[in-house]
Amino acid sequence: MDARIGVRNTKSIIFKSVIIFLAFVITIPLIIVLLYIIKQGITQVNWHFLTNIPAPVGETGGGISNALLGSFIIVVMASIVAIPVGILAGIYLSENARTRLAYYAGLCVDVLQGVPSIVVGIVVYFWVVKPLGTFSAISGSIALAIMMLPIVIRSTEQTLLLLPSSLKEAALSLGVPYHRVILKVIVPCGFAGILSGIMLSVARIIGETAPLLFTAFGNPYLSTALTKPMETLPHLIFTYATSPYDDWHNLAWGASFILLMFVLLLNIFTKLITRKWNIQL
Amino acid sequence: MNNPLYPDNNQDKPNKTLMKKKTGGIPVADKGQATLMKNKRLDLSYSQMKWETIFKRILVIMSVILLILVVGILVTLILQSMPSIKALGIGYLWGKVWDPVNNIYGAYPFLMGTLLTSFTALILSIPFSYAISIYLGEYNTKGWLSNLLKNTIELIAAVPSIIYGFWGLFVLVPLVRTFEAKIGVAPYGVGVFSASLVLAVMIIPYAAALGTSLIRMVPSPLKEGAYALGATRFEVIRSVILPYTRSGLFAGILLSLGRALGETMAVTMLIGNTSAVAQTIKDAFFGPGNTMASVIANEFTEADHTVYLSALIELGLVLFFVTVIINLIGKRIITRYTNN
Repeated sequence: MDARIGVRNTKSIIFKSVIIFLAFVITIPLIIVLLYIIKQGITQVNWHFLTNIPAPVGETGGGISNALLGSFIIVVMASIVAIPVGILAGIYLSENARTRLAYYAGLCVDVLQGVPSIVVGIVVYFWVVKPLGTFSAISGSIALAIMMLPIVIRSTEQTLLLLPSSLKEAALSLGVPYHRVILKVIVPCGFAGILSGIMLSVARIIGETAPLLFTAFGNPYLSTALTKPMETLPHLIFTYATSPYDDWHNLAWGASFILLMFVLLLNIFTKLITRKWNIQL
Repeated sequence: MNNPLYPDNNQDKPNKTLMKKKTGGIPVADKGQATLMKNKRLDLSYSQMKWETIFKRILVIMSVILLILVVGILVTLILQSMPSIKALGIGYLWGKVWDPVNNIYGAYPFLMGTLLTSFTALILSIPFSYAISIYLGEYNTKGWLSNLLKNTIELIAAVPSIIYGFWGLFVLVPLVRTFEAKIGVAPYGVGVFSASLVLAVMIIPYAAALGTSLIRMVPSPLKEGAYALGATRFEVIRSVILPYTRSGLFAGILLSLGRALGETMAVTMLIGNTSAVAQTIKDAFFGPGNTMASVIANEFTEADHTVYLSALIELGLVLFFVTVIINLIGKRIITRYTNN
């Protein structure tokens, strides 16, 4: 009898150690990737790198200013489209959870969340690039806006659902019109949650490459024309990483470092906000 | 001003005079502005009413936009793949040869490539995502170590896929090449195996996050009952927690699978991009291949005639359907699970 208990306890301990081992061992690849990118990239980054366009093959130096500016423009434009639409649709979903439209809209959010990013690229190619006749920054930001929407909608919806309904009822009972209740009471109360959703979605789309392959396309020169092809950080990394030249690989390492730092800082910052405001996403 | 909700305009008149007195006290530089303000106060309630309806309508419009967006995506994909559906028929899906130069199209290499990479990655990732779920859900639910691990796992999902691809191309591929040379297969380095390894790491967070929260939701009376009967921790996990959360954990795996199927950039950079069908199982697993997403990424801008382009879009359509259905099933299971 005692021996049996011993076996069972040993089994339990072995199981626990295996679980702990497996759970922690998976952080190793992440740490390796992070350290490698930092090691390769940090030596590339300097003022020259940030303010110059890529050098042609055979010349040393050069920078990624075109991609930095392009990523910034495209992400800002995507946010301008996606954030209002996302927040308003999120408000609708949380306010009218039981209507038929809300059911189908919710289904659509799930579908959008599952759509592979490359498919979004194809669709926007036919919606924007083909009618305009050229790859353009606008088409890139529309593709990214579509990627951004479901995250903003879901985080808005989830945050607003967490707020006590007494809050809304109190405001309504004071005779405040409905839209003011939502915009001046409900949304400000859930502001931190909505903001963290927006930041997560920005962190997500800034690294997206696949939807940009057939939309923003890429451009080796500094360009601010919205109807012309525009370079972005992830696309620059893709082109230069798959090129055969060492100088270009170095540019890509530097660009990866900057992209990675931006994404990580945005994520950590979001974590801090959500923890401070005690939000569950 | 003919608001149907306030048919009796005269009722507000006494109010108006009252307001006049009040606003009279406020020092206003412009006299015209002062009268404007008086009228404004009255109009405010009407305009508020109007705004209320407008606001509600805007909310509805935004949700309708969502529907239009999704239907639009579907319709665009179907319309644009019509030429290939017409020209190639259903046999396209299992045609083994992909030769755009000679106008021969078959999707079999890509379907196989996608299934092979995704399921290899999934199988590799399952032990880890289960371990993380159990550790964070049962063994260590609070405290800094638990939080640290949870946040680190979430960071895995935050790193852009292009960075995994780039790293894989320069670090993992040489390692895999040495490994392949050792076990006696053609040392390509790039290929299904490398792609699956990176993919496995990338999809772990999706299943792990869901699994963790589901295991934390297991009612403690169930666990306590088992402990009271003398069960060890392992036995509680095996015969109480895992059976209780089985469908939820399965949903998490489906979400991971959905990610793996649609993942483009990391796979495109690592899989080697050949559209030929491998002759042996070893070659299929270690040799270069192509997935649906990677062939679209590589050839879409080069596709120079209608059927070629349309065949690629049809791949996108298939990918869309498969990932969306898998995701919806996963979501449905989760909703049912959390509601009960």
